[in-house]
This record gives sequence, structure tokens and C-alpha cells, in this order.
Amino acid sequence: MKDPIKVPTMAEFAATGEVPEVLFWVGCMGSFDDRARKISKAFVRILTAAKVKFAVLGQEESCTGDPARRAGNEFLFQMQALQNVTVLNGYGVKRIVTACPHCFNTIKNEYPALGGQYEVMHHTQFINALLKEGRITVDGGSFKGKRITFHDPCYLGRGNGEYEAPREVLLKLDAALVEMKRSKEKGLCCGAGGAQMWKEAEPGKKEVNVERTEEAIGTEATIIAAGCPFCNTMLNDGVKHFNKEGDVVVKDVAELIAEAGDL
Amino acid sequence: MSFSAIVFLLAFAAAVWWFTRNVRRIRRNILLGREEDRTDRSGERWALMAKVALGQSKMVVRPIAGILHIVVYAGFVIINIEVLEIIIDGIFGTHRVLSFMGGFYDFLIGSFEVLAVLTWLGCAIFLVRRFILRIKRFWMPEMTAWPRTDAGLILTFEILLMSAFLLMNAADHTLQGMGVEHYVVAGAFPVSAHLAQLFHFSALAPSTLIGIERFSWWFHIIGILGFLNYLPYSKHFHILLAFPNVWYSKLKPKTEMSEMPRVTGEVKSMLDPSIPPPAPPAEPANGLPSEHFGAKDVFDLTWKSLMDAYTCTECGRCTSECPANMTGKLLSPRKIVMDTRDRLEEVGKVIDAKGQWEDDGKSLFSRISEEELWACTTCNACTQACPVNIDPVEIILDMRRYLVMEESKARQELNAMFTTIENNGAAWAFGPDQRMKWTEE
Repeated sequence: MKDPIKVPTMAEFAATGEVPEVLFWVGCMGSFDDRARKISKAFVRILTAAKVKFAVLGQEESCTGDPARRAGNEFLFQMQALQNVTVLNGYGVKRIVTACPHCFNTIKNEYPALGGQYEVMHHTQFINALLKEGRITVDGGSFKGKRITFHDPCYLGRGNGEYEAPREVLLKLDAALVEMKRSKEKGLCCGAGGAQMWKEAEPGKKEVNVERTEEAIGTEATIIAAGCPFCNTMLNDGVKHFNKEGDVVVKDVAELIAEAGDL
Repeated sequence: MSFSAIVFLLAFAAAVWWFTRNVRRIRRNILLGREEDRTDRSGERWALMAKVALGQSKMVVRPIAGILHIVVYAGFVIINIEVLEIIIDGIFGTHRVLSFMGGFYDFLIGSFEVLAVLTWLGCAIFLVRRFILRIKRFWMPEMTAWPRTDAGLILTFEILLMSAFLLMNAADHTLQGMGVEHYVVAGAFPVSAHLAQLFHFSALAPSTLIGIERFSWWFHIIGILGFLNYLPYSKHFHILLAFPNVWYSKLKPKTEMSEMPRVTGEVKSMLDPSIPPPAPPAEPANGLPSEHFGAKDVFDLTWKSLMDAYTCTECGRCTSECPANMTGKLLSPRKIVMDTRDRLEEVGKVIDAKGQWEDDGKSLFSRISEEELWACTTCNACTQACPVNIDPVEIILDMRRYLVMEESKARQELNAMFTTIENNGAAWAFGPDQRMKWTEE
């Protein structure tokens, strides 16, 4: 049994007068979704192992407003955004890291116009930096001989031009990184973006996540690496659709690193 | 001035006048859109235009179509340098007025001939791909009769223009060889010399050859003037708008949505009652509709979205990369852009007929359905694929904003999601008190 994780809040930091190095923005998926909570925990274990002084907002964190905005509800988005900006600015937050590319995109690109200026990193960028600085090391031995394929989240890749950080991290594992035909700029969506996560797909002849998972399975990878809790859910459902749970697992980049580092 | 010079000048003036008139009409239509500043970072914009529009960097992502397109594009543009000489000859009754350049002139004419053949072949292959191989993206539902005809006309026309150019040179070359008066010996004819041989031009009487040469000359120049005037009615207008459209590209991250400062004003006033709500927007002049939240009609889109609409050449790369479309949903980003253009043209015609805008009871929603709009995952595969940086996602999201904020017409589950966020500050029904639970497991 691993030690329980310790997750300090900004309020606790403020009470001691200390300032954390970075704020971990957990996101709604990372806080509430059974599968995504495991990603949050894996990332916390990495932060802890790297001795990063981090904090979360805890009860003071609220939805960034991304799904409301993509679904056309600008009022609700701005309500959420302005409240979050007030909280973040109240704590004098400068750096934010998040495991969700949608939170990442919104806070990084859309909060500045509403008064929130922060340095925002996706957790794969953050982990990559920790590895480069030698603050954590991984022994990828347990992944030797395995095939991993990385699914680019649209909001990280095409949206924000980050294709390399997650791949550089994955290359630390002793596995073969295989690319799907549609990757990087041409990466295919998992089907969840633009608020689709919250609704039934419009009528069609196939589900987007099935199309994408089919391609991932086609690489003969046994691990589909994801960098987004929504993609993770969609790909997991896709794997179930093909009854491949025994052969293929969907794991977040953070989970793979935590596993390799036995964190 | 000779009779033919007068005919030429009249044709030329008429062509320029009509073309200018149509360009001004299109410009007016584009400016019906909302204001948006796209003039920042101009250095970056010039570089982007050089790379994407001039250098066609996004075309070659698909190598076959991309390389053929560069051949046709380069051929067509470069051969039109020859039009300069044709115009001078037409006005002054000279023949090959630029031939004083000597060896360089020979080089130019020789290269034009090679490019003409390549362009001819490129267009022929495009016709085969489109109408014989019937590549899927050219036969999707939005490719109705007119878009298909338009594409066929453009390619056929370019083939005819190139044929006339080569035939003119073949006859000219033969006449030069015969020492016929007026036909000064000038130019190199690496292609048309063979063409002349193939058609046994040397066996024809000089008067017949002059007839062929004159006919081809007139066909080429009238054809080009006609083609110029066809552009504003055609998807082929992209050869001009591609350049400004790329210059005015969205430079922000693809997934960053546009701001709505008016909403910010209202929300700030809601959160803090001491802040007065913003003044309502001024009623627009000239009978134009008042401002909406989001886009109901073309007036509510930005001018850049409207320029996008006129720039689209219906290649369908956006749609062929769209996850919604490839899984059988109704959404096709190309259709969104074509519908926007068609609606804008419709609005323009009302303004032309009545002198100002009068509500015709229609809008973008007369053409674009809610089902299409709600199928988008905002993945930006379409904006990535577009060779001229058109942004269909912006139109889709602006229309969603209208549906939700003005009509309260979101999909039912999305309304539930809105309520959940309002009540819990989370997109799922968990309260703030449960935010830290994951740390305790």
C-alpha cells in the first residue's frame, strides 16, 4: 500500500504566509471523474517526488467555463471566469499547471482578456521540465518491449501547438513510441471537445471515439497514452467497444511516469 | 488607330470596368460584417502570406494535388506576364513589341511555352480526378450542380486558354519561318514548333496561318478578360483573395475563442451592482439589423468570416478531415462556409435592388441547421487543413452563441450542464465540498 498523498490548498499556504511554486488546477474531471481522479493522484505523486511546492484551490476551484463557452453560453463562461480570476488574483497566483488541456487553453488564452495573467503549463510540459532539470528520474525498464501510441489532445496540439512535450516524456520509458497515421497536426479528435462530452452525438453512422480507438488499436500498441481526461474517457469507451480491455490500456502520460518511477 | 485596336481597347476597358464594379460589390458585402482588428503583428502576417499563400505550404500537405496546383498556379500567373505584351501589341498594332530584349525574350517565351504545357496537363489531370476518378470530396452533398459546373468550367477554360496560346505561337513561328511581313523573327518555341509540325502548318497558306494566329490571339486575350470577369461569380476568386485572407489570418491559438466585451460589461455589473451595466449598442444606420449576441445573419459575423466565405474554393479538405463528417454527421465545414457566402450574396442582391438592406425574413439559419452546428467538436482539424486559413469554427461558434444567448436553443443535455455549472460551479453535479475528496481515497 502506497503512502496517502498530501495535497495542500492555497488557503493553507496563505495561512502560513508561504507561497507555493505552482498551483495545480485540478479541473472538474480531475476532481470528480473516477478515472480522471487517478490521473490527478499520479500527477500529485510526481510533484511530491520532485519536491515541488504546490497547492490546489480545493473548494475554491470552480469550472473554468470552457464547456459553457463552447456550447455558446458566453454569460455563464464569463461568470465562471471572472470569479476564478478573482480567486486566483486574490492569492497572487503566478504559475498554474493542469492535467486538462481544456482548462489549460481557457486559463492560458482566454483569462488574460478578463484580467487573469498567468504562466500556464500543461502537466506533460511540467513533467518534461522536471525530467530535464533532473528533479525526477524514471527507470523505464518495466516498459521495455511495449508499444505505446500517443493520442494528441486537440486543445493541446492543434490548439496550442504542443506536440513534443508529451512525446519527449514518453521517450523516457523504454518502450517503442509508435505514431498513428493521423497524429500531431493531423491528429483525429476523440469526439469529446466543443461540449460534446455532455451530450449525445448528433445522428451519424459511427462514433468519433470508435473511429479514433480503431486507429490506435491498429498500431498494435498495448498502451494508448493520453494527455487529457476527456480523451482518456472517450478512448477507454472505445477500447470497451472493441472488447479489447484485456489487450490495450488507456493511460495518461502522468500515470505512466508515476508507474515507471514506482511513485 | 486601326479598327482592331479600337475593338481591343473597348473590350479591355469594358472588362476592367465590369471587374472593378464586381470587386467593389464584394468588398461592400464583406464590410457588412462586424469589426475586428486583424492588423497587429504585421511582420508575422507578411511572412505567413509569403509562406502559405505565395509559397502554398499547406497545399503540399497532400502532395499530388499540391504539386499539380503549384504547376497550374505558377503557369497561369507567369504566362499572364505575356498578357502585358499582348495588350501593348493590341493597342499599337505592333507584333511582339518586347522582342527587342533578344536572348532574354527567347528565354521568356520558351519558358512560357513549357509552363503552358504543364498547366494544360495539370488541368487535364484535375478534370480526370474530379469527373472520372470522382474523388469523394468533390462529390459530397454540398457539391451541388453549380459548384461542380463551376469547377469544370474553370479547368476547361484554362485548358482552352493554354491551347490558344500554344496555337498562336505555332502559327506565328511558321509565319516567321516563311518570312511573312509583320511577323518579325523573335521568340523560342520549344513546344509550339513541334505543334506546328504535328499539324503540318508549313503546308498551309500564309493567309490561313494569319487567320489561325489572329484567331488564337483574340481568343487568348478576350478569354483572359472574360475569365477575369468570371472570377467574382466563381469559387475561382480565391486566386485573388487567398493573399489578403491569409494576411488577415487568426494568429491567436486556434482554440482561443473570440472575446465578447459587451458580455463582460454585463457580467461585471451582475457580479458587482455598483458597476453600471454597459449602454446598449447604437442602432445601426441604413436599415441594417441591430446587433445580436452571437450570429444570426451575416451582419453578426466578423468581416473576416465573410472574407473567408468569398475566399473558399470548395476544395473540401476541411470536410475530409472533419471527425463529425467522417463519422456520418450532417456537419461539413465546407458547407458552412459556402452557405455563409451564398447568404451574403443573397443579402448583397437585396441591397443592390433596394438601395439599402431590407429584412427578407431569412438568415444564416435558413441554410445552416442546428444539427450541423451541434455536431462540431471544435477540434480545428478544418482550420488546420484549409490551404488559405479559412476558419469555419468561428462561424459555427458564433452561431451557437446566437442559438443559446438569444433563442435559448441549446441541446437539452447542454442546458442541464449549464444549470449544473451555475449551481455547483462544476460541470457535474458535485458541490464544492466534494472537490477535495479525490485526495482522501
